[in-house]
Amino acid sequence: MQCRIGVVGMALLLLACIAILNGVARDGIQSVQLGGWSAPFGITFVADLFSAIMLSVSAFIGLCVAVFSLATMDRARVRKGYYLFIHFMLMGVCGAFLTGDIFNLFVWFEVMLIASFVLMALGGERDQMEGAVKYLTLNLLASVFFLSAIGILYGNFGTLNMADLALKAEAGANPELMRLTSVLFFVAFGVKAGLFPLFFWLPASYHTPPVAVSAIFAGLLTKVGMYSLIRVFTLIFDAGESFTNHLLVWVAGFTMVVGVLGAVAQFNIRRLLSFHIISQIGYAVMGLAIFTQWALAGAIYFLVHNIFAKTNLFLISGATYDLRGTDYLKDMGGLYKKAPFLSLLFVISAFGLAGIPPLSGFFGKFLLIKAGLDAGYYIITAIALGVGILTLYSMTKIFAEAFWKDAPGKPLEGDLQWSDTPAKRRALYLPIIAMACGVVLMGVLAQPAISLCLAAGAQLMEPALYIEAVLSQEYLENFLSD
Amino acid sequence: MEIVFAVVIAVLFGAGLFLMMRRSLVKLVLGIAILSQGANLLIFLGAGLTRENPPFIGADDSALHAGAADALPQALILTAIVIAFGVLAFTLVLVRQAYITLNSDDLDDLKHTDS
Repeated sequence: MQCRIGVVGMALLLLACIAILNGVARDGIQSVQLGGWSAPFGITFVADLFSAIMLSVSAFIGLCVAVFSLATMDRARVRKGYYLFIHFMLMGVCGAFLTGDIFNLFVWFEVMLIASFVLMALGGERDQMEGAVKYLTLNLLASVFFLSAIGILYGNFGTLNMADLALKAEAGANPELMRLTSVLFFVAFGVKAGLFPLFFWLPASYHTPPVAVSAIFAGLLTKVGMYSLIRVFTLIFDAGESFTNHLLVWVAGFTMVVGVLGAVAQFNIRRLLSFHIISQIGYAVMGLAIFTQWALAGAIYFLVHNIFAKTNLFLISGATYDLRGTDYLKDMGGLYKKAPFLSLLFVISAFGLAGIPPLSGFFGKFLLIKAGLDAGYYIITAIALGVGILTLYSMTKIFAEAFWKDAPGKPLEGDLQWSDTPAKRRALYLPIIAMACGVVLMGVLAQPAISLCLAAGAQLMEPALYIEAVLSQEYLENFLSD
Repeated sequence: MEIVFAVVIAVLFGAGLFLMMRRSLVKLVLGIAILSQGANLLIFLGAGLTRENPPFIGADDSALHAGAADALPQALILTAIVIAFGVLAFTLVLVRQAYITLNSDDLDDLKHTDS
């Protein structure tokens, strides 16, 4: 019963999010003032193209993972409220994407975090407990920094509405205090996004919960951190300002390199993929650091592509676990013979992640590299290209170890972990196929996807649009006349 | 008055971080609790301290008098306290469960998922 309501709920969420995306693409930035108090006094919800795109993709991932969980989640966890907490987490994620109030953003972050703490610990296995303690501690520390930054920002400007903050920050602020707050926000969102050198909780915890939970965490949580970083640094702070810009470029480079090198040493498939999450986030930061319309469009395209490809790779690691009963590459093998179709799906996602044309990753990297060369960021562009090759190396390692080589020892027949009935097999493979289609379609239909991202990038580069959509004309005139 | 608050906040942050970096699980929880109190006080101080001028509209007035205290930071702190309370309750249960499962309260024993 819970399962069915869970899946139907996710499908409805997806429809609602697509309706929002449709509305925003047609009529421009939309905003709602809750409780009838006009901004900046009430709580504002805003949907611009960037948030609408992220919303739709998140809802799609939510639906895929809910279906995938039908096959893979054990009864005990479902009875303890697995679907409930997945929905709670999605609520926090969607709230964070939509809110136009910085304190409200903190509250949505906490909703998302508490749900994710429960999902991380649900089941209570030994590794889960260890992973949950690390995950919880570092994320709570980030929340404290976030709260401190909000406090200082409020003391500085006397408002919490993000559009109002943008207006007042533009009108002039103490540069030292702005720099202090921007670094506090950077640390807070950096921990959640998994940036170098703040990512250590991520590979220590993401492989411990069940596969479906790992997959949705990998797809969504770090991206919410990245979304907030882009939102705050385009709207309130100026990512082009020299100090922040240097910081972002360096962090982007190190995040890409350290993440991908960390992955090289791993032989647990889900740990290996966890390190790749970090490396891929570096590309999005690179887009933010370059700070042009093309770069931001590249960052958005890359985030969406990465949500598809990375979540799908985690789901596929679930399918390989289903076939072989292990997460360790050394003990796998022979899957190419046993499951040729799964191998194809893996190759699509893995090559998509590595950036082989015509799949989605190629266009994401193309946009970022073009933006980097146009703006004269040659070193970071070279790093991005090099990291692409190392990503390909990691993906071929998984392919060679899990799919290509002969199976060691144990016979392959008859050891399915989950998909022992046709219905379960459908629930297991349908989401993987849907997301692989997403990776292919984003590449084949790159033209409309890129123009949508460019429009979103243009909105981000022009904070005035956001401000005008939220604040009333009267308020703006009063502010300008003061 | 600000300087006293600033020192108290510094001590709370310092003590919280120090406790979090100790090896004991219990001290980790205490550290988190103290740290969130530090952040709450920081909001309070950041918004500015106002003495003896509460934000009340008198019976004869129609608007707040100038220089009245700002009530919003207190609402923020209240929200933050409630959230911190919920999170702390969850942390306590998690730490207790971790202690039972791992049979150790030494954070240096929590190395199994690191490599």
